[in-house]
Amino acid sequence: MNEMMSASASIGVVISLLGYWIGVQLKKKFGYGFLNPLLISIILVIAFLLVFRIDYDVYNSSAKYLSWFLTPATVSLAIPLYQQLERLKENYKAILVSILVGSITSMASVFLLALLFHFNHAQYVTFLPKSITTAIGMGVAEEMGGYAAITAATIIVTGIFGNVIADAVLKLFHIDDPIAKGLALGTSAHAIGTAKAMELGETEGAMSSLSIVVAGMITVIGANLFATLL
Amino acid sequence: MKYLKQFGVILLVTAIGELIRSVVPFPIPGSIYGLLLMFVLLCTHVIRLEQVKEAALFLIEIMPVMFIPAAAGLIVSWTDLKPILVQTVVILVVTTVIVMVVTGKTAMFMIGQRKGGKSDE
Repeated sequence: MNEMMSASASIGVVISLLGYWIGVQLKKKFGYGFLNPLLISIILVIAFLLVFRIDYDVYNSSAKYLSWFLTPATVSLAIPLYQQLERLKENYKAILVSILVGSITSMASVFLLALLFHFNHAQYVTFLPKSITTAIGMGVAEEMGGYAAITAATIIVTGIFGNVIADAVLKLFHIDDPIAKGLALGTSAHAIGTAKAMELGETEGAMSSLSIVVAGMITVIGANLFATLL
Repeated sequence: MKYLKQFGVILLVTAIGELIRSVVPFPIPGSIYGLLLMFVLLCTHVIRLEQVKEAALFLIEIMPVMFIPAAAGLIVSWTDLKPILVQTVVILVVTTVIVMVVTGKTAMFMIGQRKGGKSDE
């Protein structure tokens, strides 16, 4: 199966898209919040690789072309941001304070749990940037002596988790303003949360995109201070 | 042709963002510099919205599928995660929910204040 797979430069993309399509169909048919197309597609792809004993590297040698689009897609987030410029100006104070409070909360809660679990410094800083976008988070963890590979994994799982629970959490806590929803998603679950915010609406998406940038910057600085605590 | 042109503009800004990343010593990815640069270019009308809009919105729409390969990579990092699995799950669940709620509630409160007294809580 490995050899068959390596013969194609597009099979990994096909498997990923097929998994996502199945996820979308299931969501359409049953409509439950936990039937998240992204989560379903990830589970299906992993199951497929395990069942047919396909190496991740073989899969990724073609699936990586999907990942390649992430950079221009992230740059594209500037467009909804620009379209929401008026809202941004009107609410800049609320936006900045919320993201700042959220980012500090993230690092403080990681710190407290690290104390609880008797983590050493390396383990602690591995989790410190868990709510920010992968590329920034890995850099931060690496610089402070954490395990970048685990940081990457926790960042991705955080994003997926945030994406999946968003509807329930926002409803439960009566967070119903589009700006607040977007900031909550982007600050807690970075780009994967933003993908969810985009589904909710244009304002949600723009605010979430902005949160990725601002929370990322705040965490680059803040993590250096928090890292000295343990 | 229109879409190709739009995609070309987005890629050009992306490439410049990556170049900036290679000369600035912060752990900030090129995509973030690209995002900021694109935003500035739009605000200063160097790039007009109609020169990038459709292609950008298409890329954003299909963004979730771009995370699938990296997420499937959890297969590889599994061996690193396994020894601290319980702690990892607790940290992920607890902090993600807390951050989402605290950020959202802070925003609700601040927006309520701005709209004139009627705060959320």
